[in-house]
Amino acid sequence: MTLYNLSIHDAAERLRKKEISSRELTLSVLERIAKTDTKVKAYITLNEDQALAQADQADQAISKGIARPLTGIPLSIKDLICTQGLLTTCASKILENFVPTYDATVIEKLKAQGAVILGKVNMDEFAMGSTTEHSGFKITANPWNLDHTPGGSSGGSAASVAADMCLGSLGSDTGGSIRQPASHCSVVGLKPTYGRVSRYGLVAFASSLDQIGPLTKNVKDCALMMNAIAGYDPKDSTSVNECVPDFTATLTQSIKGKKIGIPREYFSTEGIDPDVKNSIDQALDTLKSLGAQCVDISLPHTPYAVAAYYVIAPSEASSNLARFDGVKYGIRDMEQTELVDMYKKSRSRGFGLEVQRRIIIGTYALSSGYYDAYYKKASQVRTLIIRDFKAAFESCDILISPVSPSPASIIGQHSEDPLKMYLSDIFTISANMAGIPGLSVPCGFNQMGLPVGLHLMGRHFDEATLLNVAHCFESATDFHTKRPSL
Amino acid sequence: MTYEVVIGLEIHAQLKTDTKIFCGCSTRFGAAPNSQTCPVCLGMPGVLPVVNKKAVEYAIKAGLSMNCDILMDNRFARKNYFYPDLPMGYQITQFDLPIAQKGYLDITLGNGSKKRIGITRIHMENDAGKSNHDPHRPISLVDLNRAGTPLIEIVSEPDMRSAEEAGAFMRQIHALVRYVGVCDGNMEEGSLRCDANVSLRRPGASQFGTRTEMKNLNSFRNIERAIVSEINRQADILDDGGAIVQETRLWNADEGKSVSMRSKEDAHDYRYFPDPDLLPIIIDEVWLARIKDSIPELPEAKKERYSSELGLSAEDAAVLTSSIELARYFERCLAMINKPKLVANWVMVSLLALINAQNISIDDAPVSPESLAELLALVDTDVISGTMAKTVFEDMAKSGKSPKLIVEEKGLAQVSDTSEIEAIVDRILNENPSEVDAFKGGKTKLMGFFVGQIMRATQGKANPAVVNQLLADKLK
Repeated sequence: MTLYNLSIHDAAERLRKKEISSRELTLSVLERIAKTDTKVKAYITLNEDQALAQADQADQAISKGIARPLTGIPLSIKDLICTQGLLTTCASKILENFVPTYDATVIEKLKAQGAVILGKVNMDEFAMGSTTEHSGFKITANPWNLDHTPGGSSGGSAASVAADMCLGSLGSDTGGSIRQPASHCSVVGLKPTYGRVSRYGLVAFASSLDQIGPLTKNVKDCALMMNAIAGYDPKDSTSVNECVPDFTATLTQSIKGKKIGIPREYFSTEGIDPDVKNSIDQALDTLKSLGAQCVDISLPHTPYAVAAYYVIAPSEASSNLARFDGVKYGIRDMEQTELVDMYKKSRSRGFGLEVQRRIIIGTYALSSGYYDAYYKKASQVRTLIIRDFKAAFESCDILISPVSPSPASIIGQHSEDPLKMYLSDIFTISANMAGIPGLSVPCGFNQMGLPVGLHLMGRHFDEATLLNVAHCFESATDFHTKRPSL
Repeated sequence: MTYEVVIGLEIHAQLKTDTKIFCGCSTRFGAAPNSQTCPVCLGMPGVLPVVNKKAVEYAIKAGLSMNCDILMDNRFARKNYFYPDLPMGYQITQFDLPIAQKGYLDITLGNGSKKRIGITRIHMENDAGKSNHDPHRPISLVDLNRAGTPLIEIVSEPDMRSAEEAGAFMRQIHALVRYVGVCDGNMEEGSLRCDANVSLRRPGASQFGTRTEMKNLNSFRNIERAIVSEINRQADILDDGGAIVQETRLWNADEGKSVSMRSKEDAHDYRYFPDPDLLPIIIDEVWLARIKDSIPELPEAKKERYSSELGLSAEDAAVLTSSIELARYFERCLAMINKPKLVANWVMVSLLALINAQNISIDDAPVSPESLAELLALVDTDVISGTMAKTVFEDMAKSGKSPKLIVEEKGLAQVSDTSEIEAIVDRILNENPSEVDAFKGGKTKLMGFFVGQIMRATQGKANPAVVNQLLADKLK
């Protein structure tokens, strides 16, 4: 029996019934990684010894009857979430030797559940990019077609889930970095409401937009992982003390009468791939057949979202990344004798070009004399986007759109055209700007067999409705059962 | 040529919280390098700041004591610049929405006149660490114990017109932060430090002249010296027809002069923006009211009360209120013996002499206010004379014994028994017949001689009033 292809809730069930042990499960996944990751290249760091030790601990807990939903479940972690004693590189050369002395709050929570940490997975450097090509170490391939990217920035997370090299993964989403790779790899990905999950220990890209979330093989697994990681954290001032429901409790509720908003600005966007459009139309038909009602709504400030995002995110990043200066940790150019030269050389050597580009954009936007025209104006646009969503959710329960205008790009295709890469974030960015939750659920494949995802956005702290609608959709379709052949 | 001097001060006060402003590390001074650090104050990747509520409370206290408006919705901003002792690459400070603004302080000048100095704003921020540059090798060592220590920066209006006014303002700030207990005021350790902006202009000019900023002013004396030096430097340049360069200058106290540190062209663009890791600080009315209630009587009000209610002179009131420790000592003593002038004299003369001689703080004075009150009660009830009391006080300071015990052990109690003293007076007069004749012949100065003889005979214990009375009667 192969174990690596189990879902979280399947595996948890079998662990509880003692049909399998966590050690067997973990070994099975490690073997899968050994065989498959030479092709996919999702992992930056493998945590084999620790993982097996954690599996043994989990087996003991299970034998004592104190198992929790994620006890003994092998997971991968995006490499910008700090793990105590385990290399955390952010896929950047500047942190190629950085081993944190602390766990991120989400890691503490996973460990408290007895989860098994398999290792750290690839991403665009510091989460800046949407293809995982901007990693300082390796390019991860899409398990569905190795010539294509897995999307990004949480490409390693999505690819490791799709290729059965873990049962679930934690990613982070600043402008679509969980949802877009989930869509491109045919897995489920959720960006929770801003403040729902602690950011403590998540290496910051853009602090006001970043949020950690799960990538999983199905919606129920996503709900289980959310149960584990959500909640107020006194160590993160921006986390919100809002009650956390059991996200699995409402998954199977009927969605009859649920109002689904169709933002007309999204569907009139030029450049939506016809196969993507087709899949979304069919998904809407499925939802209607389940009793949902579609309503036409407007998000009038959509055209300004990408521009405002690409001012705010790089501005915050330019400041957040200042700490990587070669002084305290990470790499330092040892040949320089002058302080400023040491800074310049260490940072030029350590940061990749995309990261440097964004630091320069952000530094410019915050400069004296430009602040009002860029950062301040972008913040005002952000307020208008928040108002758009507030108004929209007065007449609907969730919003639906494609996750990405097109399926996964061919490796190398976007590298020369950053602007095109930025524009492909159009459907996902607004959720980060407004702080609302967004979810990607598999909804089809294009003619080449590349996956397409359906994007659901909901009200602040209403992840439960997104998971409910996504679960009903998933139950009515079979896209999530398909696995890439590797 | 004569110029009008324009001075504004920027004062950094370290808030004396037990822990740092954004993490739980200790703020104790003098620990081994980097021993008081954690991932947050080290600026490790992924960690987040959480505001120390006590620091906010202290900043509000400082603001209220300086008559500021408190911003009920204020926020932190990032000030971005690179330096090895700034671990995050930015300082968390306040920019467009500081916690307090639009305040003032009234200072009293040497001639007794008063002047109101405006306070532009008070904002909170974290301190940086310390770089130690090795003079022999091309390396620098960074100690981040201080990184994250809570500071407030108090920015004055350019309202001061002389070094004396600047010194008086700084003394007033020093007294206030200690009165409200938010800063220990230790200038040597850098808990309270000051930068001075100085410019000159022709009297009556409406525009300010070009200013310079003077750094490293670590004592009241150095503030005044450095400002005088800068006024002279600028006046010399202007007299020679030159122009002042806008720059930051570093005061060298040993050499008594300043050197240029950096010019305006080298100034950083700090790229301030709201810190997205911290929520706006919302102060509610209840909290503010509670903080207001906790503020003690401030020096100006105390001074006023000492004059009007206790009948002390303005000078004495100013001395006694110059620090909260001294005022507290005075008031504790006064609570036990309600003789304001007597207590004030003893506190200002004997006590201050004692603590100055031993170079200790008032709180560490070897004579407690209660013991001093006990001593003064002995004087007040004629058990000992004022002169004798000084001896007893010295003994108290050395031995720590109570004044009553000292008086008893040494038999110092004053003799007021008329018959006992009369016998001695008679004896002295009999032993000195020629002096008696001379006195009666008009040499009244000899009264002192008789008193002295009698005091010597009684080892100073005779009540001088009784002695004087008896002598006057007998020499009639």
